[in-house]
Formats: sequence, structure tokens, C-alpha cells
Amino acid sequence: MAVCIAVIAKENYPLYIRSVPTENELKFHYTVHTSLDVVDEKISAMGKALVDQRELYLGLLYPTEDYKVYGYVTNSRVKFVMVVDSSNTALRDNEIRSMFRKLHNSYTDIMCNPFYNPGDRIHSRAFDNMVNSMMMQVC
Amino acid sequence: MEGLTLSEAEQRYYCDLFSYCDTESTKKVASNGRVLELFRAAQLPNDVVMQIMEQCGATRLGYFGRSQFYIALKLVAVAQSGLPLRVESLNTVKDLPLPRFVMTKNEQESRHTALYSSDADNSASYSGVIPPPPGRIQVKKGSVSHDAVQQRTSTDQQESTSPVVSPQQSPPTSPHTWRKHNRHPSGGNNERPLAGPGPFWAPFSEAQPGSSTSSDPIWSGHSPPPHQENWVSFADTPPTSALLAMHPASVQDQTTVRTVASATTTNEIRRQSSSYDDPWKITDEQRQYYVNQFKTIQPDLNGFIPGSAAKEFFTKSKLPILELSHIWELSDFDKDGALTLDEFCAAFHLVVARKNGYDLPQKLPESLMPKLIDLEDSTEVGEQTGEVGYSSSPAEAPPSKSPSMPSLNQTWPELNQSSEDTAIVHPVPIRMTPSKIHMQEMELKRTGSDHANPTSPLLVKPPELPEENKMSSSVKFTPGNTVNGYSSSDSYTSDPEQIGGTVTRQRSHSGTSPDNTAPPPPPPRPHPSHSRSSSLDMNRSFSVTPGQQQAGVVAYPPAVPPRPQPSQGAGPHVHRPVDAEGLIAHTSTSPQQIPEQPNFADFSQFEAFAVSGVNKEEDDEIETHSEVLQVEKPPDSASSLRVAKADGRVEDKAPANVPTSAGKGTTPLAPPPKPIRRRLKSEDELRPEAEEHTQKTGVIAAVLASQPSIPRSVGKDKKAIQASIRRNKETNTVLARLNSELQQQLKDVLEERISLEVQLEQLRPFSHL
Repeated sequence: MAVCIAVIAKENYPLYIRSVPTENELKFHYTVHTSLDVVDEKISAMGKALVDQRELYLGLLYPTEDYKVYGYVTNSRVKFVMVVDSSNTALRDNEIRSMFRKLHNSYTDIMCNPFYNPGDRIHSRAFDNMVNSMMMQVC
Repeated sequence: MEGLTLSEAEQRYYCDLFSYCDTESTKKVASNGRVLELFRAAQLPNDVVMQIMEQCGATRLGYFGRSQFYIALKLVAVAQSGLPLRVESLNTVKDLPLPRFVMTKNEQESRHTALYSSDADNSASYSGVIPPPPGRIQVKKGSVSHDAVQQRTSTDQQESTSPVVSPQQSPPTSPHTWRKHNRHPSGGNNERPLAGPGPFWAPFSEAQPGSSTSSDPIWSGHSPPPHQENWVSFADTPPTSALLAMHPASVQDQTTVRTVASATTTNEIRRQSSSYDDPWKITDEQRQYYVNQFKTIQPDLNGFIPGSAAKEFFTKSKLPILELSHIWELSDFDKDGALTLDEFCAAFHLVVARKNGYDLPQKLPESLMPKLIDLEDSTEVGEQTGEVGYSSSPAEAPPSKSPSMPSLNQTWPELNQSSEDTAIVHPVPIRMTPSKIHMQEMELKRTGSDHANPTSPLLVKPPELPEENKMSSSVKFTPGNTVNGYSSSDSYTSDPEQIGGTVTRQRSHSGTSPDNTAPPPPPPRPHPSHSRSSSLDMNRSFSVTPGQQQAGVVAYPPAVPPRPQPSQGAGPHVHRPVDAEGLIAHTSTSPQQIPEQPNFADFSQFEAFAVSGVNKEEDDEIETHSEVLQVEKPPDSASSLRVAKADGRVEDKAPANVPTSAGKGTTPLAPPPKPIRRRLKSEDELRPEAEEHTQKTGVIAAVLASQPSIPRSVGKDKKAIQASIRRNKETNTVLARLNSELQQQLKDVLEERISLEVQLEQLRPFSHL
């Protein structure tokens, strides 16, 4: 269950950010922003174009005392950043991978929509629903 | 920029014009194309137009932003009313009439061509369908309407001038009016804008009785006055219907669009008048019009509308992009970026509903769910009927494409339902070819259905799979491929059953027991078009050629000893496909081959008979025949795979028969004991796999056997033999390939085994603790 999910475009501007509403959302925005550096570092470290599911998933970008940040990059350099609560220890790597996979699938669904121009903010309700299902159920 | 105050009417009008000129939707209008035409239509001297453009600042910017555009329009109005062009006059002049834009006939026609050419660029299908003459007529109507709109906001005396300019008005102006009206309905206010133009429309519609087609209904939709006779009578014209009429009547394909508009108008009328129980239900008329619209974009009703064409089409409805995006999300069921007929109808229906003020649903209503899910290419003729027949059944209207398989629908309706239970329950974005979907369904069905059921619906699939299998990349499905290729080439309905059964079993086993004792032999994987079919042809040709041997062949089956159980014999041989396949290539009846393949043993038995009295050519046929016939006998699992392999071998033997026939003849005695030995030995091998394979091959063999042997002349024999030789060679290559693949698999599995053993060794110390 993520606390914050963000979709960053290739040019490193956000296409979609959704946080658990109770928290200070600005903090998550800042966290996502700083994690972009780590993402870029990992991408460049990979070197040549790697089109593998494993390389798409970047894994834990960096942990803090409160939460962990996971990253995932698509072939078109669209990045998904997920912030999960550190106290939620039950989350395994596989689950994170599956969550990113779902994100990726929903993102490609959005891309298939001819009314969506790549680079626009994402307003899709289906995407919202999917992200909501992955967010922590904090009322 | 100078402050600009606009009255409400002016605001609306300018906004419409701006949207009209803003073809790129980029919120800025380049000073070309429609803007220039618009200004020319203002019938102002060119220098005045240049002055206007300078004053509004467009020349500085290089394009018309919204503010510049508005200023320009106001200046046009100023100029038209004869006032000197001054920036200050923009705000000082009160009660300025709206700028009038009148198109000359030449411009109108040129615009027509421009429109058509632009249409051709954007959506070829549109331009191809729009007949120019009606467009021109519509242009007239458009002009009329435009004038009418203008009059609505301006004084009445302009009305008298409208008939004069009516033939000259260009079509683009019509969208202005439409947009104006459209905007209101989008906002939910359907009534207001239409009441005004109502009375104005009447004279126009009467003034243009000759004008045909849709444009009339569109305009007349606004008003109670009678619509044109040549259109569906729209007795009651609620404003919403007019709105709908306007929706499709956007610039481009005017004829068809306007036709649709009127169609939607009637539909809307009907819908509103009808019960509101299911507001999402599509009436027949609506559906017909949607279908007609679909045809304008995509003549093939079973085909797709690409996303870009659909975007163009629905953008004309002037709904906000966000809403169109949501409509698309709802209606594109398979998330492939293209609209099938059903998806298109659903999308169109949602657009119509939205324009009427209905809110878009969160998820697609059931009545709009695509029932006709077009699979691959619209080549399956029976698909539609099958699908329609299926759609009547459970309305979990297949998120997967399983129901749309025509053969399945028609022959195994219950299967479809059951497949739905086991198949994907929610729409899964499946972007692969439909064959992949079939594969998945097959897999689901396999896991869910009874494996041992030979009449499982899967059986029907095999005939369909050949094409699909070619696209499938899964190894697991290859057995099905071969089987299907086999069966399809034979077109024996009974065989698919058995084959399907074996395939089922095979797949499940292959999927679950990679680490079992011996590597489960992947079912023969050669291309379906090659191996089995070629063997079939072989057999067919062989069976056909020898006329005189017919009797002899027939005589053989009774003499054939019952084939040993496949579980016994097929096991080792099946499980060592590598060796077997490799041996096949050799086409030699070496003892290796024989023990590996009890089929061969049987062959040699027959060979003994054959050699005794028949020439080598007959041997081939006889062997195949006997093989086939023999195979027929154990229709169950037993000899399936072996037979299949044997058939392959028979074919392989054919080319090599010349040299080896003698050898075969001499080794009849040796084989028989060996196969028996092998069979006993293999008893404890993987019996299920053997059964599967054998059953499969048995089925295949049965298929072969069932082919009638037609006596032919000797001359044909030779040709047939040569053909069969060729086919055998093909089979050889295929089998050799299979052999190499299997060897590779074997290596992989052995490596795994070694790694596992190593791990076991490493863990052993801990087990003692």
C-alpha cells in the first residue's frame, strides 16, 4: 500500500501525483522530486538501452526513517515513483513489482486513448481508480 | 493590450468564431487558412483588413491569440459599420452589430475543395465518402443557417437578405451556429439558444425546399417548422435533438455528418420520449445511424476505426477533450486504441447522451458493452452471427474475446459460458493478437475443464488455432499447433476432439511437470503447416496412388497384431523425442530407431508383409496405410504419438525407401522383440504424457487412416511419390529442427537438475542439525 504515487514524464515534470490525503502532501512532492535524481543516476548507470522487465524496475531508491521510495522507469523514460510507509513491513519486493506493473498497464491504457496527448496531465478516471486501489486505505 | 469589453452576444459569437478558426486547438490562430477567409468574408477592403490585423497586434505576435482574435473581430464589426478603425473605438462604440461574414460563391467552393482536401488529409475515409454536390447544397443551407443565427442576434431586417446570400454562404460558417448551440447543451442548458433561431429557420427551410439531405433537418431541428421531406420526419424537435443534429454537423464530412445528425436527432427524440428506464439503451434507429457513421469511417463493419480517425470524429462534437477522453476510456473495451463497431456505437451513444446533458457514467453501462467483439481480422464471416447469438447469453459481456469465436459460439455455446467462468472476468488490456487471447482462454479452459474430456470445447478450437498458433510464442501451445495444423489440414471433426483432449492433457502436464522424471516430451513442435499436414498429404497421396495395392493394404489391417499399449511403448520413445526425432531424420530402420519407436516396429512388421509381395513404393503406402489403419485401431491414447511419429517416419522413409526398403525387409524379425521389450520397460515411465502424446498421435493417425485410399494409376504413383518425397523432406527438416530444440531443452533441464543437486548438496549439512 503506497502512501504516494507519482508519474513523472520524460522531462522530469509530473504527470500525475497522488498522495494519501492525511499527510502533508508537500512533503511527498518534495520526496518524489528528490528521488528523481536517484532515478536518473540509476538509469545512466544502466548504460545502454535495456528493455527488460527487471531493469524497468529500479527497486528501492532510498529509504528514510519514515518511508521507502521505489522507482520504475518505462522504455519511454516515463518514471513511476512510489513512496511506501516504512512501518508497512509486509510489503515485499514482488508486491512492489506487481504494483508497478499495474501502473504501467494503466499508463499504457491511457496512452491508447487518442484524446490523450503525451505530456498532458493524466486525468483518467480509470487510472485514478487503479491508483486509489493501491494507496493505503487511510480514511 | 487594450482592454476589450464585449457584450454577451459578442462574447459568444467571437468565441465561436475563434473555435472555428482554431482548427489546431492550440488556442492561437495563425493568420492563414480560415482566419484569412474569415476576414475576406467580412467583405472589407484588403487594406482595411491589414489595418485590423496590425491594430490587433497579430502581426507583432505572428499569430492570433484569443485576445487578438477578438479585437480583430470587433474591429471588423467597427469597419463594417463604417466607423473609422481606431483602437479606441473598440470600447467606445456601443451597440456595435456583430461582424458579418459573407462568403462569395467562389470562396465557398474553394473552401469546399479545401475542406475536402483537408478532410482527405485528416480522414481519408471521410472525404472519400462525401459526395461534393450535397456538400454544396449544404453549404447553401449552412449559409442560410448562419445568416439566421446572425439575425438572431442582430436585427430582423437582415433576415430579408439572407435568402440572397444563402447560396453563397460557406459551410464553415455553419459550425459557428452549431457551436453556439452546442455549447449550451454541453452546459446542460438545452432550451435557450434554440428558441431564438426557431422562427428564423422556418423561412429558410421553406426557401430551400429543394435542398436535400441532412442540413435541413439539422436546422429544422431547431424549430418546430417542418423539416425537409427528404429526411426522416422530425415532428417534435426538442432542442436537445437539435443539439445532437449539430454535433455531427461539424465542418468536415457534412453530408454524412448531417445525415447522422438528423439521425441522432430522431434518436434523441425517441429516446427522450421513450421511457427513461435504461437511458443507455441504444434503439434500433440509433444503432442504424451509428452503423452508418461507422461505415463512413470504416467501410468494413468488422474492422476497426483507428484512434486518430475516431478522435477527429468525436472532436467534432465539441465536447471537452476531457470528456471525450473519458468516453473513450469507457468505450474502448479492449484498450487497443481502435474502435470496433460496438465500441464505436457505445462511444457515439455516450457522446450523444453527454450532449443531451446526461452525465457520463463511471463505468460502461451493460447495454453499451461491446457484444460484437471483432477478433483478428474481419474475415470470419460467421463471426457476427455467432457473436450475436452469443451476446444474448450472459451479459457479463465478455471482457475477454472468448465469446466471439464463431465456431465456438455456434458449436459449443455452453463452452463459451463455461469459459467465461474460467476466463478473465474483468477487461484485461490485451493488446496482443486475438490468437493470444484464444490461447489464454484455451489455457484457462484447460486448467478449469476436465482434461480427460475428449469432447471438451477445446476441441473446437484446434481448427482455429492454426492461424493463431502461428502467432503464439508459447511453447506450451505448440502441441496444439501441431495438432491443430494436423486436424485443420485434415478437417476431420472427430480428430480435433481427440487431439484437443491430448493437447489439453499435454499442456497441463507440460506446464506442471517440467521437473518430473524425464523431461516430458514436448509434443511434436514442427510447424503445423508442415509436419502433420505434410504427413497427411503424404498419406493421402500414398493412399491414393496405389490402386492395385488397395486390396493388399486393406488386407493388412486385419493381419496387424494389436498395437501395444501406448503407455508402455510410447513412454520412452515419447520421452526421448530427441533421439527419436533425430532418428527420424535418418530415415533408417536401424535397430535404434526401432526400439525407440514401437511404431517402427509395427512398421517393420508390416514391412515384412509388404516386402514379401510388394514393391518398395507399395511399401511406403502400405506402411502408411497399415500404420494409419493400425493407428485407427487404438483410438485411445495408446498409439497416438507413436503413430504420429511413425507417420512422420513413414514419410521420412518414403524418400529413403529406395535404399532402405530392402533393409526394412530384412529386419522384420529384429524389431518385434525389441519394441516389446521397450514397451515393458517404459511402463513405469511417464504414462500420462505417453498417453497424451500417444492419444494425440493416435488421433492424428486415425485421421490419416480414415482417409480413403483411392486407387490410382501407376503414373500418378510416381508423381505422388515425388510429391511425398518432397513433403517428407520438409518433414525431415522440421523434425530435425524439433530434434535440435528438444536437445536444447534436454540440456537445459539437465543443467537445472545439476544446479538443484548442487543446492541439495549445500543444504545437506543443515539437514543433520
